[in-house]
Amino acid sequence: MTSVKQSSEWITGQKLEIRDIEALAIGTWILGTGGGGNPYHSLLNMRELYKSGHRVNLIQPEELDDEALVGVLSNMGAPLVGEERLADPQFAMKPVLMMEKYLGRPFEALMALEIGGGNGLQPFLVASLTGQPVVDADQMGRAYPEAQMTSVAVNNLRCYPLTLADIRDNETIIPKAESWRWMERISRKVCTEMGSIASTCKAPRTGREVKDFCILHTVSKAISIGNAVLDARAQNASPIQAILDMTGGKRLFKGKVVDVNRRTTEGFLRGSTRIMGLDENADDEFLLHFQNEFSLGLKNDKPEVMTPDLICVVDSLSGEGIGTDVIRYGQRVDVLALPAPEVFLTPAGLDAVGPRAFGFDCDYKSVFLKE
Amino acid sequence: MKRIGIDVGGTNTDLVLLEGNEVVQSFKTITTSDVTSGIRNTLLEIVRSAKSDLGEIDAVMIGTTHFVNAIVQRQNLNRVGALRICLPSCGSLPPFVDWPKDLVEQVAGEVCLVAGGHEYDGRELVPLDEKAIETAALAMRSKGIRSMAISAVFSPLTSEHEERAAKIMRDVHPELQITLSSTLGRIGLLERENAALLNAALVDLADQTFSAFKNALDEFELSAPLFITQNDGTVVSVERAKDYPILCLASGPTNSMRGAASLSGLSDAIVCDIGGTTTDVGSLRGGFPRQANNVVEVGGVRTLFRMPDLLSIGLGGGTTVKENPFTLGPQSVGYKLRQKALVFGGDTLTLTDVAVASGWIKLGKATFVKNLSSRFLDSVKTEIFKRLYETIDSIKIDATPLPLIVVGGGSMLAPETMGGISEVVHVQHNEVANAVGAAIAQVSGEIDRIYRDLSRQDAIALAEKEARAKAVSAGADNESLIIVELEDLPLAYLPGNALRIRMRLVGDIKQNQAEA
Repeated sequence: MTSVKQSSEWITGQKLEIRDIEALAIGTWILGTGGGGNPYHSLLNMRELYKSGHRVNLIQPEELDDEALVGVLSNMGAPLVGEERLADPQFAMKPVLMMEKYLGRPFEALMALEIGGGNGLQPFLVASLTGQPVVDADQMGRAYPEAQMTSVAVNNLRCYPLTLADIRDNETIIPKAESWRWMERISRKVCTEMGSIASTCKAPRTGREVKDFCILHTVSKAISIGNAVLDARAQNASPIQAILDMTGGKRLFKGKVVDVNRRTTEGFLRGSTRIMGLDENADDEFLLHFQNEFSLGLKNDKPEVMTPDLICVVDSLSGEGIGTDVIRYGQRVDVLALPAPEVFLTPAGLDAVGPRAFGFDCDYKSVFLKE
Repeated sequence: MKRIGIDVGGTNTDLVLLEGNEVVQSFKTITTSDVTSGIRNTLLEIVRSAKSDLGEIDAVMIGTTHFVNAIVQRQNLNRVGALRICLPSCGSLPPFVDWPKDLVEQVAGEVCLVAGGHEYDGRELVPLDEKAIETAALAMRSKGIRSMAISAVFSPLTSEHEERAAKIMRDVHPELQITLSSTLGRIGLLERENAALLNAALVDLADQTFSAFKNALDEFELSAPLFITQNDGTVVSVERAKDYPILCLASGPTNSMRGAASLSGLSDAIVCDIGGTTTDVGSLRGGFPRQANNVVEVGGVRTLFRMPDLLSIGLGGGTTVKENPFTLGPQSVGYKLRQKALVFGGDTLTLTDVAVASGWIKLGKATFVKNLSSRFLDSVKTEIFKRLYETIDSIKIDATPLPLIVVGGGSMLAPETMGGISEVVHVQHNEVANAVGAAIAQVSGEIDRIYRDLSRQDAIALAEKEARAKAVSAGADNESLIIVELEDLPLAYLPGNALRIRMRLVGDIKQNQAEA
């Protein structure tokens, strides 16, 4: 990656090349911890944009002025609808322009609500068109199913205003909501009417807020993970070891998927999957629960790993992330744990995203505290 | 009932004559570049043998891998137009996005995006832009496009916009051959559209190929109806097959699996077809191959339509082996086995040589491979079994042990026991399992449409009546038809209690009238 000076009004940062974007897509899918949606369509869009000459600059949060205004982007809706209503940069840009108009000033930079899955690429789609830089940060450090499961919600920052747009000339602004949960309910309703897919621009953040309350350097982290996987594949080395070396993560289990239970309730994909051990885990069994994302893992019936630790299930050979919607019998997988962002380890953080927030009656114990 | 099943593969053309489910005669010849000489040669053998009377045949079923080979080898493909009904959505990822470059250069013609399509709940996204479709039709005509695909957002739910667009296109450009993505099913716009585009690229080749098949049969005064086998193990008339060649794409592996089922008398099993270059593994349920639920790549293009769930690995009788350093495949000597393999006096160590040296099979000259050490043979055996086991185990959807049926020219490579497998079954006539599978193929009738102002029960009854009529007109015996798929989906936003029903019936081919 090279730093290129540019005569625009934005902070320059690092210009990303297409190889970085390819790596980003691999990394966001792994950090999606089974959810967040496959970034395939967003990656295709980025390839098209790069082919026609667009580029995106990545800036460090530390470079932001305290008063800088940062747009927070995400796509909302049912993954199934996304299979027909393909990701589109123009569509992703609409709520950003709406928010800028509503606030009466442009954003200095854009960032992702969640780095995990397709949403991790959302600000890049828009930034390709507008020229604004993307901030190397997000608010989850992974993917989570609900809007209050963010670092800014845990820190009680303001949850409004929010803009939503659909592909027609329908635009919605929610100028105020009482809480993050209310904001989730109201915006979800609007999204359903728009065809269960809407692009959104969440409550804007100041540069100060990004630096103090967001999860920093997660874009670089995703790119580094993707690069490590690509390099390992090219050298016939283990992509899994490469991921662990890059992230300080731990391999918890290696095995074969022998059972998958899936049901859709209250708009979430819930269920569990059972993995029979192979090699060094030959006599063991691993059970993983999920609600969109993997939330709790039990080894031989004993809780071994739980959110907010990141539980990533990857293909044993390719290191490719595996989604909870596509995991199936016979797949050879490795279960990895990556360290959780610190903000989620506080009492308020654990209230929002600890095991109890997902209905498990146990206290959080990190796999990284054992030794 | 007497049926002839023919499998026109890339290397061999196989023919079997069945009486009931018994193999009466079988023949194997080389597939020629004109595809039909193999058919002629095998029919000639029947006549020469003077054992069977071609006049008594009730039906002829042909399965072919010709179309998948055409896509993979980029040969004889049409230049196709694409009309996608989607705007104002999906504009950034146009048709042919993410196709291999060489295939795009050969196949991609005029591309038009117009306003229209539907929501997930059946509402219109926006009204269909008929004016823009007329303009697109004129553009296709002036560019000399003769085959095209039409796709629309959420068309598997309601195909109304695709159908209206097709009518407008035909009014402007009557010679145009049109494939609607909704006829190939499945949610997933890009993958469904890709399947429709590939189909459109094959229609002229299908027309030539099937006409040639028919001519070959006519030369032998074989008047029995000709059917073409499809990916799902059922057959269609030549006329319908000409419109949907893509539905024949995987009929090779499908027929091999169905043939294995019939020859073994098993209906729930794993089938492992070990050929010269590759091993295909699939799963049989109720005698039919399990359908893939995921994206299937065809010639480098991601597709999603009715295809059997298959796993392929580069392992077969012609797979090359190196002693130092130890490597197994993926290279194969393929059809040159009889020139290249050591036991035939060649210079390349193949798995066939390993099989001969290990005493699994008698073939060629065993003295040519007597120098292979038993330690080396053991390590090859361990590697073969490991690869087969991992592939076979991956195709299973749960841990219940199932029988494994082994077919194909490389079947001597399969072990006699395996984890997760209740028994390993070898069958007679396994070398012509494909042709047997073609011969026993059944006829289906499918309905997929929206019913209004009816109770659920009445709507399903009406759908069954319509599907039954379709199956019978396709050649099925009404008595034998059973429902194999039924799915109903209420469309809340459409007026009149709208219900979308998808139903498929399958039954036996009706016997020759004169005989019955």
